[in-house]
Amino acid sequence: MLWTTGLGRFAGGFDPWTQLGSMENEMNQMLSRYAYPTSGEFPAFNIWGSPDQVVVTTEVPGIDPNLIDILVAGSTLTVRGLRNPEQVEKGVSYHRRERWHGKFGKTIELPFTIEAGKVEARFSKGILYITLPRSEAEKPKKVTVKSA
Amino acid sequence: MSEGTKGVQEKERAQVERTRSTNVYTPDVDILEKDDSIIVLADMPGVGESSVDITLEKDVLSIYAKVEPEVPEKHQLLHAEYGVGDYQRSFTISNEIDREKIVATVKNGVLRLVLPKAKAVQTKKISVQAG
Repeated sequence: MLWTTGLGRFAGGFDPWTQLGSMENEMNQMLSRYAYPTSGEFPAFNIWGSPDQVVVTTEVPGIDPNLIDILVAGSTLTVRGLRNPEQVEKGVSYHRRERWHGKFGKTIELPFTIEAGKVEARFSKGILYITLPRSEAEKPKKVTVKSA
Repeated sequence: MSEGTKGVQEKERAQVERTRSTNVYTPDVDILEKDDSIIVLADMPGVGESSVDITLEKDVLSIYAKVEPEVPEKHQLLHAEYGVGDYQRSFTISNEIDREKIVATVKNGVLRLVLPKAKAVQTKKISVQAG
């Protein structure tokens, strides 16, 4: 606390501790973006698992759900889609243009065969949820032991 | 993003912390200027109509959106490529905005904010008087 008392006359101006604090916050925020093991391919997938199925979620805001293709073959899942740029009339100027647009596609392989007939997809608030059940034939069967 | 765009500037992040301990992300935005309005589009997946908080205080426009993550029940996160958290971003706006007529809509995780310019700012013709 030596510093803060010493710098009393800078109160409200430059305070090194608040500066450090805000720097730390900013660093944390920057790092949190890269804390995930991305495959580098767009869009990013989060994968949730249970013994019977896997749920893949991906953030594709502002997309027309009809323009998303979900293809399942064997143990692979492919998600393809298109996001159209904002339609603007003449005389409109951009101050910023950060949002992505264009075609995307990504394929992942799961460690089991997918029951293709039971795959479900839902789109809500810009997030796509794809439920991929494990194929019945591959589910472990319980074997009862008969006593002689 | 050139310096020439004077209408809307990003405001430096305020030195205050939120009480909610979640990650806070900066949404990607498009900002367009029309003759009569400024339009802000922000990608905020996971955000619904009711969870966006927009304030315009003096010339600072702040967007804060709370995300209640939808987690598949009885599932375990096996692999994560993106993080989920709230969204926050602030801009300073130099144009006079008609505060009463600001319209915000959220569709498919995209926020669309229409900020109509005040009538006085839209057209200002100055006639030169003979001396």
